[in-house]
Order: sequence, then structure tokens, then C-alpha cells
Amino acid sequence: MIERVVKIRNKAGLHTRPAATIVKIAAKYKCEFFISRNGMNINGKSIIGVMTLAAEEGAELTLTFDGVDEEEAAKEITDLFERGFDEE
Amino acid sequence: MKSFKEIYKSAENKIAGIAAAPGIVIGEVYLFTKEKLEISKADIKDVDEAKRNFQEALEKSKKELKKIFAIAKERMGNTRAGIFEAQLMILDDPVLIDNIIKRIEEEKKQPEYIVDDEISKYQQMMFLSHESYMKERANDIEDIKNRIVRNLRKKRWQSRIKGEVIIVSDSLTPADALLLSRNNIKSFVTDHGGLTSHAAIISRSLNIPAVVGTHNATLKLRDRQMVIVDGFYGYVLFDPTEEQIAFFDEKHKHLVQLQREFDELADKPAVTKDGKEIELLANVDVTGEIDIVKTSGAKGIGLYRSEQLLDEMDTIPNEEEQALIYTRLASRIYPDSITIRAFDIGGDKFKLFDYDEPNPFLGLRGIRILLENPELFKEQVRAVLRSSVNKNVKLMLPMISTIDEINRTKEIIENCKKELTSEQIPFDKDIEVGIMVEVPAAAVMAKEFADATDFLSIGTNDLIQYLMAVDRGNDLVSDLYQEFSPVVLRTIKKIVDDAKLVGKPVSLCGEMAADTLAMPLLIGLGLESLSISPRTIPYAKRIIMSFSHADAKAMAEKCTMCCYEYEIEKTIQEFFEENQIIRTRNII
Repeated sequence: MIERVVKIRNKAGLHTRPAATIVKIAAKYKCEFFISRNGMNINGKSIIGVMTLAAEEGAELTLTFDGVDEEEAAKEITDLFERGFDEE
Repeated sequence: MKSFKEIYKSAENKIAGIAAAPGIVIGEVYLFTKEKLEISKADIKDVDEAKRNFQEALEKSKKELKKIFAIAKERMGNTRAGIFEAQLMILDDPVLIDNIIKRIEEEKKQPEYIVDDEISKYQQMMFLSHESYMKERANDIEDIKNRIVRNLRKKRWQSRIKGEVIIVSDSLTPADALLLSRNNIKSFVTDHGGLTSHAAIISRSLNIPAVVGTHNATLKLRDRQMVIVDGFYGYVLFDPTEEQIAFFDEKHKHLVQLQREFDELADKPAVTKDGKEIELLANVDVTGEIDIVKTSGAKGIGLYRSEQLLDEMDTIPNEEEQALIYTRLASRIYPDSITIRAFDIGGDKFKLFDYDEPNPFLGLRGIRILLENPELFKEQVRAVLRSSVNKNVKLMLPMISTIDEINRTKEIIENCKKELTSEQIPFDKDIEVGIMVEVPAAAVMAKEFADATDFLSIGTNDLIQYLMAVDRGNDLVSDLYQEFSPVVLRTIKKIVDDAKLVGKPVSLCGEMAADTLAMPLLIGLGLESLSISPRTIPYAKRIIMSFSHADAKAMAEKCTMCCYEYEIEKTIQEFFEENQIIRTRNII
């Protein structure tokens, strides 16, 4: 299992479009993927779940990956957060 | 034998309403109440069937959303259309779908309840957040939840209504009425609504007797109760007495006989006593109605309300689907012609926009929404053109209020023609394009608009509504919706005169023409073409054959001088008496 702490870097926060992007990427991998914040633990492959996360600029989230391809998944998804979802 | 009046006078078991579609029916009540429309938590027996219904509802929702997503992308750009993409993803959300299926298996409850409960949990979490945008997000989720539930409910209804029943309901949306009409419905009775409500219009098109505006039928009646519905006088009799049953049985037989006489009228032209021929065309609301049109003796279809396809198909049909439907209609009606009205829809049909229109009747509807969505409009124009190869198809534009709208539409039509030519697809190069006159602006500019197009068609429902600034569905003010108001008469006269001045044909296609009382008046005002529900055509024909055009003209002139609606109604009543015209309900 891999655990990563990421920060929201874009101004608009984790809104619908990046939520969709995260889920789409997660779907490519076999490993389990969870996002947690403030005690809430959300399945990262569920769009409706990810949409319940309110995460504004600067918020910290913990990502966990567990499965055969966890390293690749962790890298691609952490990168996406680091790039601020390719937004401003 | 007693008269209707005597029967009703002594009846204590009557509910009074508005006679919305003619006919007499005796049968059992099926209460279609809000309660039943609400989410059902009922237990289910067949888990496999419930799971199948759920999957089908998901597929149906996906199909609908994909269409909306495509339009949204065009209208709002990729980024903002993202919400629809997210909604589509929700329909494929593995965690959510698995949970719902698991719960259906375990709890054995109606899937609509489980869908509602499961998705609401997520909304609850969103509402708990302090971020204001999370509340909006919860509302977006509401849309997708409602969509699935709606599709599930439809499945439930389709399997529930069996046998011939009389639907008693608070009110009916056009979609409800259409859906219900696919079952064996004998009659509709509603608490709300008037002559021009959708339930009334659809009942008339499908020849289902209806009584609307009873205020409390849903409270007074119960499931499976025996009732008589009288769509001529607008009464419902519950637990009828033997005398009442015998009376209405007799009337019903009489009616069948009368219908036979009417059928013989079908092949005869509608000519006044002094030899003026009136063109009677049919309004078509529902595709299935074409059979009734064929036997009614109509001289073609004067108004095909294409937006009904959206209700029938529950989605926006694409160019291919539309071309197929229009071509089929055009060839069925050949050598007569069909006038297809472009989608007359409001913004509420799409839910594409960021805000709810506070005043949809003054908002984005008719031609406005079509010009805002050129791809949607182009698909329809191309489909209409493709169906026009036999030169019997015309296109009509709804809600025109400026000449600019006419010009922009012409440009779109020209572009479609160019495309089709280069694709070597045949069509009628001289297809006639006309407009609905249903906004006061168009009435004022009738001459110029007629000059810029091939024909005018007066849509009285909206025209009266906009002229009088009254919502015909609002009981509080609906008495201001006066068909025989001098305002309406003078406006119709102006439009007819203006069209004639520039030598363009003008027709009238609103519900007003369905009122047999209005028939001599409209003809007297100079209309030579009327488009009415096909069922009314023989009735109208019988009336037209019983007066002279000259007399009607004199009567109409007298009416246009009046200031009060009651004066006009009195003048018309006198005209009926003088010419010994008997209204249909008085002959049965």
C-alpha cells in the first residue's frame, strides 16, 4: 500500500471537472484507490463519492493506493494534483 | 326520455367540470394521484425484474444525457458542459451502481426508492459542507437522481395499468398523458386545467373523452369506483343509478349512429350555402393520429407539432430519425400536404442553462431557442427538407417576433439546401416556409412578415395569452383568456386582411377553431383555411354547410364593432339560432 499527502494547488479547488479527470485516470488501474480528508474516506473510483469532497485551494488530502499497479497509479494521480489539475 | 338537463338536475352523485373532449364512457376509476407519482417504497417480488428495470432506466438516462451533453457542448463549450459529463459518469459509477443492485437484492424494495435513498445520502454530505458551491453540486446530483427515478417510474407504470380504466388525476403533464394513452385508457378526468391544457388537447387528438377542471375529483372518487364520464356536458357521475346507466347507454348508441353519419360527410367538401369552399386541415399532435386524419376528410395536415416527438421518444430525435418520421407522414398524406412546425419548445425542456427562467413564457422558446442552438435547428431543417421530395411538405416557424428571426432562419435553410445539394440528397427546392402569428409583435407586423415568407398561420392559444397578458393555465385569471374578446377578433381580422393585401395565404390553427361556436365567426372574418383536430372536422363541416358566407361576414363585422365579449357571444348565439345550426352536444 502506498500513501501520499497532496495539496490542492489550483484556485477553483477540487471542482467537478478535475473530479471527473481523477476518476477517469483511477479507472485505468486495477489497484484500490481512496481519498481521505477530515476523517472522510472516499473511494476514488466513484465520481459521486469524489464529488462529495469539498477541497479548496491549499487543502491537504491523503491518497492511498493498494494493488498490483499501485506505483504507477500513485505517480500519475499525484502528478495531476501537483500540476494543479492543469488549471490556474 | 329525460333530457341531459333533467338527468343532471336530479343527480346528487355528480361532479361538475369542463367538457374537454367529447364522448360518453362508463367504466372504472384508476386514481393517478400525486401520492402514486411519488417515490414508491413498496416491496417487490421479482428481484430480477427490478434489476432489469434499473439497468434499462440507466441505459435510457444515458441515452438522454448524451444528447443533452452534445447540445450543451455546442452551447456552452467543453468546460462548462463538464457537469453533464460528470452526470454521465455517475450513471457508470461502479461503487454507486453496485451498492444499489446489492440493496435491491437485499431489501427487495422498489428500485426507485433505493436509487433515491442512495443518491440522497451523497447529497446530504454535500449539503453539510460550508462551501456554497457544494450546495449547487447537490442540485446537479438532484437532476441525475430525478432522471433515473423518472425512467424507473415509467417502467413501473407501464406494467401497472392494465385493463380499460378511467384515469382520474390532479393534473397531467403532456408526457403523462401520452404515456398513459399507450395503455387502454377510456377517459381522462382531472382536477385542474382548462380547454387548452395539454391533457385536454391530447385527449381530443386521441379521441379519448375527457372532463377537466373538476377541482376535487381526486378527493371524491376512489380506485375501481364505477363512473360515467360525459365529455359533452362536462360531468362525472359516480356510482350511477340504473336510470342513469340506461340513459347514457342509449345516448352512447345514438352517438355511434351519429358518428356513422359523420363518416359519410368525410368525402364531401366543406362548402357554405352560397358556395364558398373552406379548406379544413388537421392538427396532428401525436404520430398515431395520422390514421384518424385519413378518415376525417381533412385536406391535409395544417399543423404537425413536431415537439411532441420529444415527449413520444423521450429524447431529441436526430436528423435520421426525424427524416424517417417526416417522410413517412408526408407519404401517408400525399397528395395532400403537411405543414411541419419546427420544435416549439421552451428552455425548460433542455435544462442546459445556468439559471431557471423566471418567466419562461417570455423567455427562450420557439424560434429563439432554435436560433440559439443552430446544430439542433439545422438537423431538423435538413430532416424536413429531406422529407420534401414529393413537394408536399411545408415548414413553419414558431414564436416569430422580429423580421431578423425570419432572415436568420432563411439563411440557415439556404445553408442546409446547399449542403444537401453538394451531398446529392434530393429535396424540394421551392419548399414553402411560413410563420406562426402568435405574438402580438407578429400581428402588428403581419403585412411585412407575410411579405417576407410564404404563408401565415394564426396560433390563437398563444396569441390570446400574449394579447391579454394572461396565463390560460392559471385559474385565478383564466377568465381573462377570452376567445371572443373584441381584442382577439380585431387582431385576427387585421392579420387576415394584411396577408390578403400582399397576396399570401393565411390559416388559423389554434384551439379556437375547435370551438364549433367560433366557426362562422372565423369564416366571416375572412379565413378560408382552418386547421383543427381531426375529430372535429366532420362537426365543423356540418356547421359550415349550414350557413352562407355572406351572412357570416355580416355577423363578423357586427362582432368586430362590439366592446364586450358577452355582446359578441350573444351575436354568435343569435346567428346559430337564425340559421338553425344545432351544436353537436344538442343533437345526441
